[in-house]
Amino acid sequence: MQFVEGLKTTVLLALVSGALGMIVGLLAAAAKLSRFAPLRVVVGAYTTIVRGVPELLIILLIYFGGTVAISSFVGRYVEINAFSAGVLALTIVFGAYTAEIFRGAVLSISRGQIEAARSLGLHPWQTWLLIILPLMMRIALPALGNQWFSLIKETSLISIVGLTDIMRVAAVGAGSMRAPLTFYLAASALYLFLTSLALVVFNLLERRFAVRGH
Amino acid sequence: MRAAIATSLPESQIAPAAGGVQARGIEKRLGNVEVLRGVTLDVAAGEIVAILGSSGSGKSTFLRCVNLLTLPDRGDIWVHGEHLRLRPISERDSEPRILDHDQVRRVRASIGMVFQNFNLWPHMTVLENVSAGPVLVNRLTRKAATELGRGYLAKVGLSDKAGSYPRHLSGGQQQRVAIARALAMEPKLLLFDEPTSALDPELVGEVLRVMTALAGEGRTMMIVTHEVAFAREVSSRAAFMHQGRIEEEGSSPAFFLNPTSASLRRFLTAHDERHS
Repeated sequence: MQFVEGLKTTVLLALVSGALGMIVGLLAAAAKLSRFAPLRVVVGAYTTIVRGVPELLIILLIYFGGTVAISSFVGRYVEINAFSAGVLALTIVFGAYTAEIFRGAVLSISRGQIEAARSLGLHPWQTWLLIILPLMMRIALPALGNQWFSLIKETSLISIVGLTDIMRVAAVGAGSMRAPLTFYLAASALYLFLTSLALVVFNLLERRFAVRGH
Repeated sequence: MRAAIATSLPESQIAPAAGGVQARGIEKRLGNVEVLRGVTLDVAAGEIVAILGSSGSGKSTFLRCVNLLTLPDRGDIWVHGEHLRLRPISERDSEPRILDHDQVRRVRASIGMVFQNFNLWPHMTVLENVSAGPVLVNRLTRKAATELGRGYLAKVGLSDKAGSYPRHLSGGQQQRVAIARALAMEPKLLLFDEPTSALDPELVGEVLRVMTALAGEGRTMMIVTHEVAFAREVSSRAAFMHQGRIEEEGSSPAFFLNPTSASLRRFLTAHDERHS
């Protein structure tokens, strides 16, 4: 069935852009919290703009804008592939939203726990990796879970630029087989399956990061 | 040779003494408040100096300047004879800056600090809290650090809590873990920032007993505290801070028995009344 291929593409797209987006989000959160004002302004503009523009527009801008930009750079017509455009667009969007989540979570960590690390002579990256990140994750996880559900659903927008994901398979099937209800219901079931899976994973993670022994 | 080195350095950077802590003319403004207005204090190696004062006198801020958790706006600090490289505030820079981050990390690793609110890491067990520093900063093997950690937990009487999480400990126990965490770095200097102020009265004693034991080991300690009786008992010298300055300092117990300044007399009298 075509749906198997579509499912694979959707999962891969969500995982890759989710992972990259979290890295972007973490870096952006760190930048927003830095003492270096120009960095704060630039990254602040990024998160504000991206969160204020529809995801669909960002996808179209990157797909068509990217094609124009690369073509003019290389000197001949190059069409960027829908998957890369999708990863890039969703990474940018996911990064902007998670940056806000991570920033808020870092701010809610008690200052004293960070000072304790500094007072022992820990390097800033050790403090980030071993103290700030694990403490912040438990606070960020519920909001982060919600953002992942959105991401899984937003992958369907990439079908607009021709990526053969679940949505695309359903749309094509609905048209050619003249059975829209069947195909769209099947697609719904697949998305629901993916978001349920994400829910289970996040419940496990929340338990793992929770204050142990409760 | 020695003279040549000395003349090549600005006078302010020649260490006044080889060990301990020397602070000269420390100034700090936080917002609109001049918290420190030129604090000068020497702590010789092996000395135990208590720093007293009412809330807002600047005593905690001063202590935090010693390991640079707070950066002084102006002034010089030597720790174990090493001048801390800072850029003071100027007309161009409203914030003081650390010039040598490696030096600051190295110096911090040699200073143990115990905080008012314990500041244990809630996601680590008691033993992990204590052995993290030795592994990450002093590059001990995990095995050696665990052994070291267990040793210091035994020293503060908490061997049986090694596998517990901080949440499950009383405030007094948490503070003793925090002391073990500081000791596990085998520091040359210990800073205590109001270590019993956040504790229920019945838990104060166990923390003070651990600190008294440490004082008997010839360690260099600076203790910011409200516990006047304890300060009198353990300190070799004491300083009284008032409105961002050291109003009076002297050897214990004369400092406590014959205070010369009016503000220290008032402070000690008020304290006696509260505790009689």
